[in-house]
Amino acid sequence: MPGKLKVKIVAGRHLPVMDRASDLTDAFVEVKFGNTTFKTDVYHKSLNPQWNSEWFKFEVDDEDLQDEPLQITVLDHDTYSANDAIGKVYIDIDPLLYSEAATVISGWFPIYDTIHGIRGEINVVVKVDLFNDLNRFRQSSCGVKFFCTTSIPKCYRAVIIHGFVEELVVNEDPEYQWIDRIRTPRASNEARQRLISLMSGELQRKIGLKVLEMRGNAVVGYLQCFDLEGESGLVVRAIGTACTLDKLSSTAAFLPACNSPSKEMKEIPFNEDPNPNTHSSGPSTPLKNQTYSFSPSKSYSRQSSSSDTDLSLTPKTAPYPQGPRIFLCPSSPSLSSGSPHLKKSCLFSESSLIPHHSSHVSPVLRKSVSFSEELLLAASGMGSGSAGKEGGPFKALLRQQTQSALEQRGGSPHRFCRSREFPFFTLTAFPPGFLVHVGGVVSARSVKLLDRIHNPDEPETRDAWWAEIRQEIKSHAKALGCHAVVGYSESTSICEEVCILSASGTAAVLNPRFLQDGTVEGCLEQRLEENLPAGCGFCHIPYDELNMPFPAHLTYCYSCRKQKVPDVLFTTIDLPADATVIGKGCLIQARLCRLKKKAQAEANATAISNLLPFMEYEVHTQLMNKLKLKGMNALFGLRIQITVGENMLMGLASATGVYLTALPTPGGIQIAGKTPNDGSYEQHISHMQKKINDTIAKNKELYEINPPEIPEEIIGSPIPEPRQRSRLLRSQSESSDEVIELDLSHGKKDAFVLEIDDTDAMEDVHSLLTDVPPPSGFYSCNTEIMPGINNWTSEIQMFTSVRVSRLSNINLTNQTLNKNFNDLCENLLKSLYFKLRSMIPCCLCHVNFTVSLPEDELIQVTVTAVAITFDKHQAVQTTKTQVEKSSQRASIDNEELLQFPLELCTDTLASHPFSSAKEHLESTSSNSGIPAAQRDRCNSWIELIKLKAQTIRRGSIKTTMPVEKASPLTEGHFRQRSAPACANSTVGVVKMTPLSFIPGAKITKYLGIINMFFIRETTSLREEGGVSGFLHAFIAEVFAMVRAHVAALGGNAVVSYIMKQCVFMENPNKNQAQCLINVSGDAVIFVRESELEIISTQQPIASCQPACSGGEIAT
Amino acid sequence: MTNELDIFVGNTTLIDEDVYRLWLDGYSVSDAVGLRVRSGILEQTGATAGVLQSDTMDHYRTFHMLERLLHTPPKLLHQLVFQIPPSRQALLIERYYAFDEAFVREVLGKKLSKGTKKDLDNISAKTGVTLKSCRRQFDNFKRVFKVVEEMRGSLAGNIQQHFLLSDRLARDYAAVVFFANNRFETGKKKLQYLTFGDLAFCAELMIQNWTPGAVADSQLDDMDVDLDKEFLQDLKELKVLVADKDLLDLHKSLVCTALRGKLSVFAEMEANFKNLSRGLVNIASKLTHTKDVRDLFVDLVEKFIEPCRSDRWPLNDVRLFLNQYSASVHSLDGFRHQTLWDRYMVTLRSCLLRMYHD
Repeated sequence: MPGKLKVKIVAGRHLPVMDRASDLTDAFVEVKFGNTTFKTDVYHKSLNPQWNSEWFKFEVDDEDLQDEPLQITVLDHDTYSANDAIGKVYIDIDPLLYSEAATVISGWFPIYDTIHGIRGEINVVVKVDLFNDLNRFRQSSCGVKFFCTTSIPKCYRAVIIHGFVEELVVNEDPEYQWIDRIRTPRASNEARQRLISLMSGELQRKIGLKVLEMRGNAVVGYLQCFDLEGESGLVVRAIGTACTLDKLSSTAAFLPACNSPSKEMKEIPFNEDPNPNTHSSGPSTPLKNQTYSFSPSKSYSRQSSSSDTDLSLTPKTAPYPQGPRIFLCPSSPSLSSGSPHLKKSCLFSESSLIPHHSSHVSPVLRKSVSFSEELLLAASGMGSGSAGKEGGPFKALLRQQTQSALEQRGGSPHRFCRSREFPFFTLTAFPPGFLVHVGGVVSARSVKLLDRIHNPDEPETRDAWWAEIRQEIKSHAKALGCHAVVGYSESTSICEEVCILSASGTAAVLNPRFLQDGTVEGCLEQRLEENLPAGCGFCHIPYDELNMPFPAHLTYCYSCRKQKVPDVLFTTIDLPADATVIGKGCLIQARLCRLKKKAQAEANATAISNLLPFMEYEVHTQLMNKLKLKGMNALFGLRIQITVGENMLMGLASATGVYLTALPTPGGIQIAGKTPNDGSYEQHISHMQKKINDTIAKNKELYEINPPEIPEEIIGSPIPEPRQRSRLLRSQSESSDEVIELDLSHGKKDAFVLEIDDTDAMEDVHSLLTDVPPPSGFYSCNTEIMPGINNWTSEIQMFTSVRVSRLSNINLTNQTLNKNFNDLCENLLKSLYFKLRSMIPCCLCHVNFTVSLPEDELIQVTVTAVAITFDKHQAVQTTKTQVEKSSQRASIDNEELLQFPLELCTDTLASHPFSSAKEHLESTSSNSGIPAAQRDRCNSWIELIKLKAQTIRRGSIKTTMPVEKASPLTEGHFRQRSAPACANSTVGVVKMTPLSFIPGAKITKYLGIINMFFIRETTSLREEGGVSGFLHAFIAEVFAMVRAHVAALGGNAVVSYIMKQCVFMENPNKNQAQCLINVSGDAVIFVRESELEIISTQQPIASCQPACSGGEIAT
Repeated sequence: MTNELDIFVGNTTLIDEDVYRLWLDGYSVSDAVGLRVRSGILEQTGATAGVLQSDTMDHYRTFHMLERLLHTPPKLLHQLVFQIPPSRQALLIERYYAFDEAFVREVLGKKLSKGTKKDLDNISAKTGVTLKSCRRQFDNFKRVFKVVEEMRGSLAGNIQQHFLLSDRLARDYAAVVFFANNRFETGKKKLQYLTFGDLAFCAELMIQNWTPGAVADSQLDDMDVDLDKEFLQDLKELKVLVADKDLLDLHKSLVCTALRGKLSVFAEMEANFKNLSRGLVNIASKLTHTKDVRDLFVDLVEKFIEPCRSDRWPLNDVRLFLNQYSASVHSLDGFRHQTLWDRYMVTLRSCLLRMYHD
């Protein structure tokens, strides 16, 4: 009997007229939880009823508390006929189940009907009394906190980051049950909403249990998704990162955070991780057999050819036929240099898709072949072991320690390995020092045929599918010499009975400090930080350079000159707070369509599988070209979405390009013609070349990319032949001589060659040039914050924009499709810029595109993003140092971050033995960009960090501060803080943002996760303003319901908001449409920095009132 | 490739003031796009016509959804669907309820009925205000009228409370409601020179002084919409001022003595005094008849303003005359209805002065 739920129905307002005769309504309310129902009295003849009910009390298990939503139905009483439903409110009471979140839910909720939309509002108060339950074998997981935020939430500190948790539950979709033929659409929609609400409750509870087993207390980066598999059922799945979080109290914040939280550590005596060795013994054979790869390595291409044969066999033998899985390993590095492309074309030739034997002649190729042999080794677990030899003592040490940390867990007496098999992290931003090296993007895709889920209690098939994919991701990461995958996410695309499962992440080497208990911390940290340069460390290759899993062009790091870095880096994570960039970033998208024949079942799956590698290749090529065109060298937040439709496949990749100082300057793009003797053609080529060069120059100016010229001798390229040049071959070229000639013709600049020997390539070049940069004053990115901008002002505008385009079905070719799709996306962006022009200067952050193909000729693009204004002038004059950047990010405990630079400065001044340190520090603080004396600065940073580590261990804080430091610091401090907007006023403003923070504000409390699912249907589409009117109203209503729930929890903002699904179906002939929307986010209370100042100086409550009164017009 | 669906929904509802104005003015989407193109917005922003079309559509859709709420502005404040900053809410309401001078002059004093609504296309043609905009304005009048018609208390106050309008606009609406309720004739050709401002000014004074709410002790029955029946009945008593020849002569001599040498049109005044006085007093005494109430403004113009105007009285002379004319009555010993006279004349004097222009 562990919980008592209490509900009070206070009043209603703006109810619809239900009785035409009197123009009034006789409303009453049913309150249902589980199987218990209470009713209020009927409040006669009013559109604003005052029920003021008693407290309805439900005595329930906490398991039910977690699973069940509170269901409130408002009805119109009718004496003679059945009562008419006005609408419903579902309230997720989960936030009331943990002590630190909300204590009461109280407020006005929109009354929602799936046919009519919002019909008035109801005021409800909900409370929960929880009794302590000491039952060890309980099924509930009350008390585990959930966060959608993919970084450590602002007012918490990560004690331990345990790792990956996942779960999925399946059920029959009520829409496809036999009963649906006889029930009303409303009943069907409500059954669906209720079921999904129940399933997500159950899912969350199960994940919570796993977290408790791991001795964690929170899930960060929680991502829950629905797969509407149609006939075959409904899957709700979730992934997240289990953590042990520590709430930062204001007093604790003044202590150095490293002040060893030994107490907490003891409470969490074990956290196991897979023993890497057990899994690194190579991927299991069945996996390999089905692997279809276009990835650079020879070993993989061998697999691919074998998979071709498998393909034809699988459908016959397997209980559910499955197409081959596609993966792209290691996508980033493979694309990061020229040779992989060569390699790829080679692969294609082997698969006899495009014969391309000429390239075998190239010496580069031989090299890459040998590399790919190594990949096999790396994949089978040798990578980490052999790394010690060449990777420098630090890398070896690090790897050993991590390994041992992971093994330690594996060896712990309690093992719950099922969920701990995968060293994955759904986080995209990390506590400083957590991320050591980044290997590159790893991704895997798999095409599956859906079958009916026969037993909902045994969702093993789906589990197995995902397990396979994760296993692949893991082995790819291994191949990159990485033991973990960060920024991990999973997605599906379903069309009829074909489903593409995708997973991607960034292979990385992590600092074991956060993964284990604190005992080793001391010595480990010391050694780590001695070797870890700030700002460039994560760029250093984690794999062994002589043992590379793929061919890559390595140079010494442009920041520290000590470690090797690749020439281009692709990742799925956010830009680390301490990374140094030059100029600003920008949104880079690759868009692609491929026609596909309509087919059934296996044939369809096969067709899709055959297309996938080409799509991945094309998408990467496009990304690479566009990145070069922007003059940048790294991509963050990469998200590649492949969508399957009846007759086509769509690929959309979005990422934020930046120029990392640690990586080499990207070379330009060279255009090479096929027929050099044709004069006019030559002219055309040179014209194109000029255009491209101009664009690159323009982009460099636009994004303020002006890296300092570095004398060549300093660079010291590790690759003895500096003349090596990358070459991108679009199709077979007949003359190998030409290849060689081209190879030699360019200097050491790593130019990228586009050979336009067919219309296809021509089109590519054109599309490169048609991407219009945003109008001046606008920037855009798909990461949390825009690299290079950090003086945000407080105005934010979150929005969702949806477009559905109909393709004219006559002569659809890949080219026209591509162009249409490209135009659709570009026009959408242009529209956004235009609509938000009043906010200039501003930046569109977290731009999230999703593509779906609801019907044959329809393309739906949904964009959610937030526009944030920033102060232009401040940007010009103020110096933005790393210190400030990191303080703004405030990814963990802001206080610690603030403490960090402070200590650095003091100690450096007081005791730094090297005289240069002070100068360099000053130059860092006064020079936003990259001072000429880069190298020294970097060194000094290493020293500083070393010192910092010592300081922290000593536990001493010195308070003297260099004068020039003072102002930016306080400013940074200000930025952290922020406002309880009018949460209590009639309609308080609730901010929504896909970001994890609110500019100019400080999040003071997390109130719980918001996870809502709505269905809206209409049978009078024309009357509601057509499809646009219908969807516009629905999305506005969804926003309203999210805001109302947040306000009822006492919050004033939703952070990490995401619209995970927006499924729109229409039937204009029947005047009908239906839409399903799934949104989630974290409800928070934030305080504006300005108001926080007032509060801290005056009494907290008094200052709150005037702010609230401002939210209303005097009536 | 055509966009079947194209929407933009912000957490804070975006309101473009220019587009809102175009929408209120009743332009179709394509007309609005055309007007926006001509405003040079494409050059300023570098947008394309397609973008503009999509943007305009989107705003129109938003306004269309908001319109339902704008009909009862307090709902706009309390609704949850559109998050709009208070200043923007106020702007939306104020602009929605704003009306065109040309339009209001056509409708002022007419019954806000279906019949009038059918005439809107004529009014639209005549005033150049789009039919759509005419309908909105007419419906606004009607809606406000319906809500406050039966209400007690200050008319402008009621309007302000129920429609959240600015003080200025609420008073204008009070005038519209007052005119519509009393059906004052304002459309005659000789009244065309009067602006809405003139008439609203008169209405406000009448509401202040001539309605039951104006009398301090009748708080219980504080109705601002109708004229005070009792007062109108009493006005008959004023007739003695012109009926009693002695009283009329005395009144004239008092006025003439006081104004001698002060008026540039003294002779004309002296000659016309009896006519003018008769005119003003007769208007008062006839106000018990609904028909005559309706013709109040026509009578004022015919009986007072036109005669003065034809003699080219300067405004200042009119003022001096009216002041003296109403003040002198206090010196008439035989006249007992001083309060009544003041209640009538104070309002009338101000109205006449306001109306006395070309």
